[in-house]
Amino acid sequence: MKFTWFNLMPWPYLPDDFRETNRSVWVDIDQRLFDPVKSHAVYNTYMDLLEYADRLGFDGVGVNEHHQNGYGIMPSPNIIAAGLARRTKDAALVVLGNSIALYNPPIRVAEEFAMLDCISGGRLVAGFPVGTSMDTNYCYGQIPSLTREKYQEAHDLIVKAWTTREPFAWNGRYNKLRHVNIWPRPIQQPHPPVHIPGGGSVETYDFCLDNTYSYSYLSFSGYLRAQALMSGYWKRVEERGADKSPYRAGFAQTICVADTDAEAERLYSEHISYFYNRCLHVYPGFADAPGYRTIKTIQTGALSQYAPPRGGYATLTWKELTEGGHVIAGSPETVRQRMEELIKGLNVGNIFCLMHVGDMPADKCMYSTKLFAEKVMPKLKAMFPSWAPEWVDDNRFWTTPLKDRVTAGRLPTEAPTSADLASTYALEAGE
Amino acid sequence: MQLKTVQAPRAAVRYFEGGSGPDLVFLHSAGGITADDPFLAALAETHHVYAPLIPGYGDSDEAPEIRDMLDFTLHGWDVVAALGLKDPILVGHSMGGMIAAEMAAIAPNDVSRLALIAPAGLWDDDHPIPDLFATLPFEMPALLFHDAVAGAAMLTAGRDVEDPGFLQAYLVTNARQLGMAGRILFPIPERGLHQRLYRIKARTVLIWGDSDKLIPPAYAHAFKKAIAGATLVSIPEAGHMVTLEKTAQVAEAVASLG
Repeated sequence: MKFTWFNLMPWPYLPDDFRETNRSVWVDIDQRLFDPVKSHAVYNTYMDLLEYADRLGFDGVGVNEHHQNGYGIMPSPNIIAAGLARRTKDAALVVLGNSIALYNPPIRVAEEFAMLDCISGGRLVAGFPVGTSMDTNYCYGQIPSLTREKYQEAHDLIVKAWTTREPFAWNGRYNKLRHVNIWPRPIQQPHPPVHIPGGGSVETYDFCLDNTYSYSYLSFSGYLRAQALMSGYWKRVEERGADKSPYRAGFAQTICVADTDAEAERLYSEHISYFYNRCLHVYPGFADAPGYRTIKTIQTGALSQYAPPRGGYATLTWKELTEGGHVIAGSPETVRQRMEELIKGLNVGNIFCLMHVGDMPADKCMYSTKLFAEKVMPKLKAMFPSWAPEWVDDNRFWTTPLKDRVTAGRLPTEAPTSADLASTYALEAGE
Repeated sequence: MQLKTVQAPRAAVRYFEGGSGPDLVFLHSAGGITADDPFLAALAETHHVYAPLIPGYGDSDEAPEIRDMLDFTLHGWDVVAALGLKDPILVGHSMGGMIAAEMAAIAPNDVSRLALIAPAGLWDDDHPIPDLFATLPFEMPALLFHDAVAGAAMLTAGRDVEDPGFLQAYLVTNARQLGMAGRILFPIPERGLHQRLYRIKARTVLIWGDSDKLIPPAYAHAFKKAIAGATLVSIPEAGHMVTLEKTAQVAEAVASLG
């Protein structure tokens, strides 16, 4: 199992009457609700928490890209990942990911991901989302029914830029580049492992299978509701004759751990409520631009992962959220049981642990994270005895870092003197 | 009105045909058009009407190769040619008006009579056009009609919104139709037409509802200024769907072209 500690980075100061006074947390949210001065502490705390997860032994730390919203204040995940590359040691940097249809030209992503891979010593997992409709269409102005075509071209260009050792010309529909020749290129060969976040677009299954990418289902409605979608994915895997390595799939799950079930409710329910009721308060007119999803996907009945349940989240109690599997919360034993159900039920090897929730303060988040790392994660680590041995360390879908990596800040504390340098370079000088 | 098919280079095009009189091609708005549209019926009283569907509309095939404004414009001329028409009266409403104006600008010698009904295609920072693509169905009547209540009744006529299959069918239709329209209207319905309007030679009539809240009448004046000799027919107590709210007056204004 690979556990990635994920931080969506929500803005924690949305007012109590946010739902009543704002039509949307995304796209046209009131600018004045963001306080740059407060964000100084917010950003640094969020990055501290990601670094803390690395120290506790999570396999990865995860960041992602969203725009113009109070749900996640990370328009550039690469900036956060760059900080983490320096301050984390072993965890994979799971950038899930860069919305590649939005970069002009997309070789910018090939370059920045290569930089992250080089700085981190080969610890990058590269995510290529299409991006939500809010981000891609309404904030960044991409034409909905052409977004996927543009995404596809960007993907093909990035992979070619990573894997081609000679300058080449790219005469695309959306990109015309006479000299593609990226510097730097990634450490991991032929390129970093790729994860594709999907919200139920059936075309994405084949894309992942064709390219040996991991399919990540990111939803907030929990693992019970994800069964139908994920079994559709595994059915397709089987139809295509591919192996069923659980690392072909990932799933995001909100998780809160405390000493007891009762303590979990006491500590975390307000933050869960903040997340579901404020951070997911998306105006339906921004959720799904016509043409953004394909006809085939609409016909499968999959709704946007940001679409609230009938009646909205406001009506859901803690009991309903936890029993319905939206949230896995409780004592370490409760959480272990539910996680086991999730992992077996969905057959997923990659878990994106959403452990910072809504306006959760750092102390509670550390408490929950530590309990998970110490009392839950070890018991789940090797929970697939039936897996074929080649899947146990299936590096097709995970990082292959350099064995010998340098650590940040390893320069001597003092600059050398003239005499030091004379002695260090004596031989060269004498030659 | 009869629904027929004509093969154009980029797509098999579905079109409505009916009436007799001078040839007239009508290009519909982003909302699409149906056989029982009262405005088509009104035009058909005096004209031989051809109303092609933009690919993806109604039951017509999609045309993935039609992506940008030039593609739409040339496809428009391809359809006119496929129908065997020469210098038909060119009429367009909203998105259709934008395409008609582009067609008249790119081939000014091929069209001598042009009617633009609340056309899209220009942008004025002082009069931002509401985002049609972020507008929910229940908000549409107030945006599109002078009389929102009557408009709502027109939009939902014959539809059972309680039918469980309705939502999915609605989403599919929306994805096909507005997905296609988005290629020239999203996120801002402007693709450089203002640089080309001077080329139009056609005798042009602009027709606008006085209470158009989607493309406000300020745009009527911008079009009038940019197209030499254009006349403006302003229609009181009508919104963007002036063709439905004041059908006879719009048909009469079109008929003034001959």
